[in-house]
Order: sequence, then C-alpha cells, then structure tokens
Amino acid sequence: MIRMKPVDVVIVGFGWTGAIMGMELSEAGVEVLALERGNYQDTSPDWAYPGIADELAYGIRGKLFQPLARETITIRHAVSDTAVPYRQYGSFLLGNNVGGAGTHWNGQHYRPSPEDLEFRSHIAKRYGEKFMPADMQIQDYGVGYDELEPFLDQFEYVCGTSGRAGNLNGAIQQGGNPFEGVRKRAYPNPPVADTQGARLFADAARALGHQPFPQPASNASQPYTNPYGARLGPCNLCGYCERFGCYMYAKATPQTTILPVLMRRKNFTLRTGSHVTRINLDAGGKRATGVTYVDAQGKEIEQPAELVIVAAFQMHNVRLMLLSGIGKPYDPATGAGVIGKNYAYQMMSSIGLFFDKDTAINPFIGAGAGGSQIVDDFNSDHFDHGPLGFIGGGYIIGGQTGGRPIQQLAVPPGTPAWGAAWKRAAKDSYLHTTFVGTHGSVMAYRDRYLDLDPTYKDAFGQPLLRITFDWHDNEYKMTRYLTERAQEIVARMKPRTTSQTLRKPGDHYDTRQYQTTHTTGGVIQGNDPATSALNRFQQSWDVPNVFVTGASAFPQNLGYNPTGLIGGLTYWSAKAIRETYLKHPGPLVQT
Amino acid sequence: MSNQPRSPSRRGFLRQSLAIAPAVGLLGTSAFAPTQHATAAAQPSAYAPRYFTAPEWEFLQAAVDRLIPANEDGPGALEAGVPEFIDREMEAAYGHGGFWYMQGPFVPDTPSTLGYQLRFTPRDLYRTAIAAIDDWCRKQHDKDFPALAPEVRDEVLHQLEKGGITLEQVPAATFFAQLLQNTKEGYFADPMYGGNRQMGGWKMIGFPGARADYADWIEQPGKVYPLGPVSIRGERQS
Repeated sequence: MIRMKPVDVVIVGFGWTGAIMGMELSEAGVEVLALERGNYQDTSPDWAYPGIADELAYGIRGKLFQPLARETITIRHAVSDTAVPYRQYGSFLLGNNVGGAGTHWNGQHYRPSPEDLEFRSHIAKRYGEKFMPADMQIQDYGVGYDELEPFLDQFEYVCGTSGRAGNLNGAIQQGGNPFEGVRKRAYPNPPVADTQGARLFADAARALGHQPFPQPASNASQPYTNPYGARLGPCNLCGYCERFGCYMYAKATPQTTILPVLMRRKNFTLRTGSHVTRINLDAGGKRATGVTYVDAQGKEIEQPAELVIVAAFQMHNVRLMLLSGIGKPYDPATGAGVIGKNYAYQMMSSIGLFFDKDTAINPFIGAGAGGSQIVDDFNSDHFDHGPLGFIGGGYIIGGQTGGRPIQQLAVPPGTPAWGAAWKRAAKDSYLHTTFVGTHGSVMAYRDRYLDLDPTYKDAFGQPLLRITFDWHDNEYKMTRYLTERAQEIVARMKPRTTSQTLRKPGDHYDTRQYQTTHTTGGVIQGNDPATSALNRFQQSWDVPNVFVTGASAFPQNLGYNPTGLIGGLTYWSAKAIRETYLKHPGPLVQT
Repeated sequence: MSNQPRSPSRRGFLRQSLAIAPAVGLLGTSAFAPTQHATAAAQPSAYAPRYFTAPEWEFLQAAVDRLIPANEDGPGALEAGVPEFIDREMEAAYGHGGFWYMQGPFVPDTPSTLGYQLRFTPRDLYRTAIAAIDDWCRKQHDKDFPALAPEVRDEVLHQLEKGGITLEQVPAATFFAQLLQNTKEGYFADPMYGGNRQMGGWKMIGFPGARADYADWIEQPGKVYPLGPVSIRGERQS
C-alpha cells in the first residue's frame, strides 16, 4: 500500500459541508486535504448555456447524479423483509463529483423552527411523554436555536439567500414568515419575483387568513458578492434548476460561493478520483490515524491525518462509519447501539391545478426555490397538535420550478396516459397548469434504521448500505391533515379541475416516486452517548478526532428542506474545531 | 401554434418511409397498401436503425404510432422521429444499462414499490418483449403486431399497460411503462437526440425549449409567452 505524507485534516467528500470545513479549517492555518471520489466540475465548462438546458441528459438520465451502476443502496420495508437494490433513480437523487448534491439542489434554504432542535423536550413539555407513540424515538439535537442562529445567518450570507425576514430581533415583519425564530438581520437579498402560480396561491392563502411569504431561496435575486468575496449572478428564472447545474452563477453551490476562494489557498488541497473505503483506527480503536482510499487507477492508498472530517452525503457517512467500525451499530431488536439509528425521510403530497385557457401560467418560467410562496402555519409545532393526534408537520408551497415537458407536464385526472386523448390534454393543459404541494416531516422510529446489506456489494466489493423504512401512522395523519389545508387554498384558487397525490394508510414507501432527496439520520448528534453517535459539535463520542457533518446528524426529519440547517450546523462545528479542538485535541464534551 | 392537419395517407407514408428493411409483414395489408409505391421512391434518407432488427423496427414504429398518433393537434410519434430516438438510446450508455445497478441476485417478484428488479438492460428488455408480443399476437390474431389494424394494436397496448397479457420472461406492464416513457422522451427531448423533429412536440404544447431566460416575463403575469422554441444547437421555430 502507498502511504502519503500526513496532513493535519482530511475531509472525506467534497460537497457543501466538505467545502465549508475546507474553507474554515484552512483559514485556521492547518494543512487540509479533501478527498472526493468524483471529478472536478464547475459552472464553465460543465454547466454552460445552452448545453445545460437539456432535460433528457440532466433531468431524466441524471448526468449530475451518482452512477448507481457502481454503488447504490438496498431497501426493504420491514425488518423481516429481504432488501433489494435501488437499481434506478426514483425516490431520491444522490449527487456526484465536486459539489455533490449541492450542485443539483433547488436552493430551498430554510432555518429550523426553534422547537425543531429540541423536539423531544418540546413535545414532552407541551403534550406530555405519552403523546409520543411507544416506538417513536425522537431526540433533541443538543444545540439550541439561539446558539445556532449566528451560524444559520453565516451560511445564508455565504449563499446570498433571497427572502423576506419574518422575525427581526423579535419584531414580526409584514410579508415574512411570522413563525420563524428570531433573526438578527434580514436576508442578504430580496425575494425572487413570484411565478404566476405562486401569485394565485398567495392571494388565495391570504383570503383564508394565512400569512404566505416568498420561499427563502439560494437563487440570487440580484448580483451579489458574498463575505468570502465570491460573486453570484442574478437568477433569470430559466426553469432548469433542480437536477441541473446553474449556468447563471445564481444558484448557491460550493462552486459559486466557496471554491473560487478556497481553491487558491496554499494550505488546502483537493484530490479528486479518491474513493475513501475506510477510516483507519489505532490499535486501541479510540483514535483515527487517517483514511484509506482507492485512487483513479485502482491503487489503494493510505492517507494519515490528525483529524478526519466525514463530509459525504448522509447515507455515505453512515456507511463509512459502519465499514470503519466506529461506534456501536444500532440494533432494532434491543434499541441499543447508535450507528444507523433514526433513519428518516420526508412525506410529500401534491395537487395539480388545471386552469382554463384564460389563465396563463407559463410553467417553464421557474427559479428553483425562488418564485414560490409558502404557508408555514402547519409546520413544526406552529399549531396545536393536541386534538389532532400526530406529531410534526410541514409547509404548503404554491408555484412551480419549471415546466420541462418530459417530467413536468401534467394532464387532468381521468386522462389516458397515451393516445389522441392524452395528446389533446397535454396540448390544452400545459400552459395552464400549476402545483400546490406539502412538504412534511418524518419522525424517528425503533424499526427504521440503516445497516450493511448482507448480499449486495459495490464496485469495490464492499457491502452496500441497507435502508429499512416504511411509513408510520403518525405520518399518514400528518400528510392528510396538511393536504386538507392545502386543498382549502386550492379550492379558493378556483381551478377547472385538480389531481392529487396523497399517501394513505396501507400505501408502502414507493421508491419509484420522487419525493425528496432529504434523507436523514444514522449518525445522529445529541447529549447522551448511549442514544447518539455524535456530541453537540458533531464529534464522535467514540473516536474524538472524527467529526461527521451533514443530515446524517439529524435525530429525526423536520418539515423543512435540510440544507440551511446542514450549513448552520457545519459552521457551528467548524468554529468549535477552530477555537477549541485544534488547541486542545480531545472530546469537546466530557462524559 | 396551429398545426397542419395530417391525413391518414400521410401517416402511412411516414411509417413506411421510416422502415429500413422491406416491410414484408405489411405488404398487402389494407392499412398501408396505398402508400407502398410512393414510399420507396421518395425517402432515400430514411434513418437506418443500428440496434433494432427489421421486425423489431417495424414493431417499434407500429407501437409508437398508436401511443402518440398523428392528428390535427400536433405531430405523431413517427413524424417526430421517436423510433430514431429510441434506437439511438439503445446504442447509448442508457440502452446498455449503464445508468442502472445491474448486479444480482435478481428478485423479480419483489413488491413493485421497491422498483425495477429485472435482469434486463433496456435494450435486452425491448428485444425480449417485442419477440414475446409478436408471438402472442400471432397466436391470438394470426399476425405480427405491426400487421394488426390500428384499433387492434390499441387493444393490445391497453392489455400490455394493464398487465393483462402474460409474456414469457417479461412482465407486460414493465415493458409497456418503459416503451411509453421512452416514447415521451423522444417526443419532448431536444431534437439533437433524433426525436422531437422541428421541435414539433414543444410547439404543440407551447414550450420554448432551451430559451431558459425569463427575467422580464415574470413581470407579465397572465400573458402567454409569445416566442417559439429554440434548440440547444440553435434551430428556431416561430
């Protein structure tokens, strides 16, 4: 085996959190090496106009996604089932290459509600411990909203997030989200202009007494230079956002916000084509000595490091911890163990609204996250769950992200899927269709978890990660309640007809239907090493020179998109490493 | 946005002109006989399939012609070049299963909610299913699928869609879903992939293609966007 020169810090995976850690830790003066298994990619030439406006290559075949042929995950619905591979993309979309899933996201950029971070304590206090079903094992994050606020703010300013504040220093702001936690300053950019679907939605929501607001979007509404000095261009509502790279330099990605500065730093190195297969431990198993990776030529290489940051996608983080034997694997039979625990997903519903020809929607005008309107009255614990009998919630969204015809063309219910009738409906509906959706939380349960698959392997012969997941009654109730509220708004919008996708009791998790890429858990953070893998600073309880960033740290899944919280937690963790850990390496929380 | 009405004889002409090999199975059938002569003379540049065999190519044309038929609403799948699109995809990484995890063991009787679990790549799926469907049609109707009258082809396609036909090796509904998906891809993808000729699919619905630039039009709610589509290679349609 080839042994490389030791470095101070090695980062595994170079998406959002890898780039943030690279930036913050290299600024502290230590030598930082990032290992990314994919290739380099950047706005130009990779996402240049007009080649990027290619629905087939990017939207359908998934040019920016991890090639499943080399590595996928396996899925089963219950502990007693046999898992099978996720062979084709459907339910969620994994990223690939530099920037990871941070290149093909849509820019939805939320903060958690304050209660989301101390969810178990909050629910127990307001409704009593018995309100939670016996097999629900939700937990607190170990960090509170007020502590995290400066870091959520920092990430928004790096991203140039466009939005309208709802709660500035405790004063509720007209036109913003009245339910948000206190923010110390406004968003760095004003909201992106509303799409026509969003306008109709917001008018109807206001008429019903809701308080709609523009979705916070990391699609810059105007030219913007972030605190690192990186320049973003203005979003032009091209309609090619999620699943695509942004040719306008408008969507916040590591490429647009961090890499222009980080790649010039002398104490930072990026090594692509480097597939990390395990974190190496010393004889006692209490200290990481570095990582082993396979390079582009297939050579196995040892990279010694003083500090290991595990910064890949949520699922890959969990798998690497299991493959490396760090932390006790979770056992659903006993509830003991921590790695793989509390896997969660999100539950969506969607309503298609079909209008007459006098309502021009122009669905191809879309700005990713921008241009949509949100109702947040039924998210988190913004409403009384007592009489409703479920925990959690989500936001209701109106508008559209684009009108790409292979994937986003919808026809009214009852229309055949093909033939002359389909063709007529497609022609009549396309310009006059918009959507209202709900984006809901999923709690953590004893029997929903991640481990290594006993049968299927990746291209290197290592076991795939196995997901054991299906819906629980709590989430069916949540989505029904939220969808009924959405339907009230939809009725007020007076479409000619509507279609509805709603997951009902008895419906299994369907891996063929895209919902969100917001998978969470498996290496969760918390206050107790018996129930969490990481302390509140995202440091491994078991091996203190390993930190794990990303949505793998979420103890359960919130109703918001995760990226804002992921970025905030990463800056929070980076500050603790810079100011405390590097001076006194060791556990940041004493047990 | 108006489209020229397209006569049945024009459709037959197109279908014939797109066939590379002599359409033996079709000779003398009432649906296509009137246009046989014109076809041979007028279409020297007809696309020659690289993956599909002559019978498969005929099947593909006869099927997509029913999935998106030509009529006054817009071009049919044949005019749009959908068979060419699908043939080209079969020779691309996609057709070879390059985007899919294809390691076994395969457990095809898994609940459908866990997704595709067959051992077939797309090109293998087409090859296996087309032979099985033609075989079924010969047993039921004494003819290959392409030789059936349009309404009978529709009925066979409906049965495939519902899984009402049992094919050897391939679940009928799985193949139908793949065929329909690829047909719509060929109808709406950028024309550089061989389908969506003259951006006819985009024109039909009013999609501006690769314009990808609407910063001013967001400020004009309620008005239908007026410009025709452009393609990635810069072709324009008004």
